[in-house]
Amino acid sequence: MSDMKIMVGVKRVIDYNVRVQVKSDGSGVVTDGVKMSINPFDEIALEEALRLKEAGKAAEVIAVSVGPSQAQEQLRTALAMGADRGILVTTAEQPQPLAVAKIFAALYAKEQPGLVILGKQAIDDDAGQVPQMLAGLLDVAQATNASKVELEGESARVTREIDTGIEVIEIRLPAVLSVDLRLNEPRYVKLPDIMKAKKKPIETIDAQALGVERLTFLRVIKTSTPPARQGGHKVGSVEELVQELKQRGFV
Amino acid sequence: MKEEQQPDGQEQALVEAVARFAIGQLAPHAAAWDESETFPLPQLRQAGALGLCGLFVSEDHGGLGIGRSLGVRLFEALAEGCTSFAAFLSIHNMATAMVARFGGAVVRQQHLPELTSGAKLASYCLTEPEAGSDAAALRTCAARRDDGYVLDGAKAFISGAGDTQWLVVMARTAPVGSKGISAFLVPADHPGVSYGRRERKLGWRSQATRMVLFQEVFVPEDHRLGAEGQGFAMALQALDGGRLNIAACSVGTARAALREAISYVKTRRQFGQSISQFQAVQFRLADMATELHAARALLDQAARHYDAGHRATRAFCAMAKRFCTDVAFAVADGALELHGGYGVLGDYPAERHLRDLRLHRLLEGTNDIMRLITARQLLDDHDMEGLL
Ligand SMILES: Cc1cc2nc3c(=O)[nH]c(=O)nc-3n(C[C@H](O)[C@H](O)[C@H](O)COP(=O)(O)OP(=O)(O)OC[C@H]3O[C@@H](n4cnc5c(N)ncnc54)[C@H](O)[C@@H]3O)c2cc1C
Repeated sequence: MSDMKIMVGVKRVIDYNVRVQVKSDGSGVVTDGVKMSINPFDEIALEEALRLKEAGKAAEVIAVSVGPSQAQEQLRTALAMGADRGILVTTAEQPQPLAVAKIFAALYAKEQPGLVILGKQAIDDDAGQVPQMLAGLLDVAQATNASKVELEGESARVTREIDTGIEVIEIRLPAVLSVDLRLNEPRYVKLPDIMKAKKKPIETIDAQALGVERLTFLRVIKTSTPPARQGGHKVGSVEELVQELKQRGFV
Repeated sequence: MKEEQQPDGQEQALVEAVARFAIGQLAPHAAAWDESETFPLPQLRQAGALGLCGLFVSEDHGGLGIGRSLGVRLFEALAEGCTSFAAFLSIHNMATAMVARFGGAVVRQQHLPELTSGAKLASYCLTEPEAGSDAAALRTCAARRDDGYVLDGAKAFISGAGDTQWLVVMARTAPVGSKGISAFLVPADHPGVSYGRRERKLGWRSQATRMVLFQEVFVPEDHRLGAEGQGFAMALQALDGGRLNIAACSVGTARAALREAISYVKTRRQFGQSISQFQAVQFRLADMATELHAARALLDQAARHYDAGHRATRAFCAMAKRFCTDVAFAVADGALELHGGYGVLGDYPAERHLRDLRLHRLLEGTNDIMRLITARQLLDDHDMEGLL
């Protein structure tokens, strides 16, 4: 399967170092003038795709971003890391997971990749739904929360970190993978590659052209800041601690 | 600190890539490298692989081919991770750019790729025991012999010496004057090259500083850089860029110091409240940020003049070096002050920043020599307009 294509999702999100601020009208969070980056889980997905390509197990890595035109920046970073080309699917408003899954399904039909590798969640909305929805829509195998991926011919052996421990499953390709934090450590981007990325192609498609009209299915009622942490106090001894916990009904 | 003027997307991406490397691979080790005087070779190789060892060398010669305006942003980002590391990379880039610019075809073909990739590192050898500020008084001699030169003499304060593979050496091919100086590329392990002990010093402790001695060191003619007699002019030109880099390393370090001070004053409590509530503390922070931005603006201007070939470039580089290193030192001092007694402890980075930044005020030309360069231009009837 060395002529296999891999499609990777690259979502533009608020950088993980930024302290997120809720808009005063509660309609969302402030993104103006805020540093944006590739969703860290997507970076891991891309890294895995690149390693598979470098190991001769794939021929092409296609980075896909769904979102505003500024997501070009994140696609450029993906190209600098090593993706061969980018596809930007523009949408009129922030699409929700099902719409994103439908967009990926439409691109899948066009590109026929052997693997779609996605982050297990995006750090902005933490929905964690696209990979599973996509596998459902395509009716292909899925392996979620991957912490190790080994390709063998027409199948993949995937190690997953689950609540009860480590699970190893084997799935047939084509398949959808969602990746966990410990899968790999993304590479540092080389400066000359940033310059060369300028010349790699990014195709822009509107979601409507892919037949995806409806972008939202849920209405967000309100966004608010979690309550501020109440200051605690120091206890003098273990006995005092136990007593306090009892008093508050925790033990 | 946020950019006032967003550089174009690609420049921003380059700065972010370097910042990421500095925060991920340098910052966690900077204190330990300083403490144990460790030269971080693996990270230097990594920096080379990322493209940081041939910044000012054209792409045709395997470099990145960027200008100084972007260069200073990259050095700022590096210094936020580790000042001494960034400063050494500046020196390597300075020497490497000289090889690229003035080396003959053979030298460039054979040695430049190793330098730009960081597989080999270079030192810059100008200063001598008797020739510091008055560098043109250097006495290391390069006597003509057959198809090359024989070097004899001693260099002092050579950064990286003993750990680098190449030396760019300024030496005399004629007995007097700055026009009697030529530049050479010398293998660091050549017969006749020997090294003094590793100097014990206040800052830049992760990199060696040593004397380098030359005793009948033969250098083939094709390892001369540029024409005979051009060495001093080339060395000073390289220093213009070096001074911008040192200024940038100072700004980056000071920004790290300010960042740490801000987070410290928010957690430290005295008199029943966070010390960040005291107006004296707030005003100090405000002044630190203000002065740092002013320094950065001057640095930007000097770098732009360098890139544009402005006729007062040398004086602008001198002004930027003087001002940025002084301001950065004052900012680091303020940051240390805000840490109280904890500021002088090795447990916090404040004292390391102060030690490293103290060096910046005197190397690559002392700040009084920067004033001298600036004043000389101001008092020159033909040249003063460029500075006013
Ligand atoms: C850690 C470190 C690393 C270094 N790395 C390198 C390197 O890699 N390569 C290299 O070539 N050099 C290097 N140097 C040398 C550095 O550039 C010199 O130390 C510097 O130029 C000052 O020279 P000096 O030490 O001889 O001081 P001096 O020239 O003796 O100066 C002593 C004092 O006199 C003042 N002074 C001198 N002349 C004048 C004047 N005309 N007017 C007013 N004041 C004057 C100076 O400002 C200074 O305050 C390094 C130095 C250090 C400390």
